[in-house]
Amino acid sequence: MISLTHYLVVSAILFCIGLYVVLVKRNAIQILIGIEMMLNAAILNLVAFGQFDRHNNGGQMFALFAIVLAAATTAVALAIVLNVYRRYKTIDPDKVDQLKD
Amino acid sequence: MSAANILFYIMSFIALASASYVAVSKNLVRSVFVFFVTLFALAGLYVLAMADFIAVTQIVVYVGGILVLILFAFMLSGRETLDVLQSPQRSIWKIKNLPALLIVALLFIVLFNVILKTDADHLGWVSDSIKTKNYISNSGDMTANIGVNLMTRYLLPFEIISILLMMALVGAAHLSRKERAE
Repeated sequence: MISLTHYLVVSAILFCIGLYVVLVKRNAIQILIGIEMMLNAAILNLVAFGQFDRHNNGGQMFALFAIVLAAATTAVALAIVLNVYRRYKTIDPDKVDQLKD
Repeated sequence: MSAANILFYIMSFIALASASYVAVSKNLVRSVFVFFVTLFALAGLYVLAMADFIAVTQIVVYVGGILVLILFAFMLSGRETLDVLQSPQRSIWKIKNLPALLIVALLFIVLFNVILKTDADHLGWVSDSIKTKNYISNSGDMTANIGVNLMTRYLLPFEIISILLMMALVGAAHLSRKERAE
């Protein structure tokens, strides 16, 4: 059986890479990819600990719910990105800084 | 060292290497497609953690759903999104990226120390679960158990999340529809 510490370290590195992508990239779609990476790091932790819950499947269940939530947020976020592009002709989040038309 | 350990190292190396390629790549299309590889490698890691159903869901939902959505979004938003990234002076060592690198490195140090201090393999409930044989071995009947649990113990979260998913999809369709010309 693979040690839990290995899973935790891998998911910590993945989380940090995702955070770096979110902080550095100047494109809303790539920032979304970074958020997905961070979510996946969390799901990896849930799954790794869910190994030790055979009867109730707590970890795996919440991993499933997190995947579904990620799908829902991505759909809404991409709709917002399309709207922002239609209005500002750019999807650089630094340049979208007006609340009024 | 068992075969599972070697597979774990290979999978995690693929996942982390492709994730860092996504982080440093200048090309949006290439980074989206390399993100596929990250997701597949993560699905492999889920299989190694005895969660085969989660791995299949990951592939179906992420690769089949989310990545196709991302590709659609960037095809619909024109080629200007690509031009932002083609500007030449975007390297990882640029001075502008330094604060981000610093934050990420510090966060990683904190996380790593917490992980070492936690010593997850000898947590109370983990040792209890090993003692009472409550851990998942590779017997292969876990998907049925997940189905039964989903319809009994986790029925309320399941229904709530289905309503939330429907609301999110209706909202997304509403947001992305064309405004009527007046």
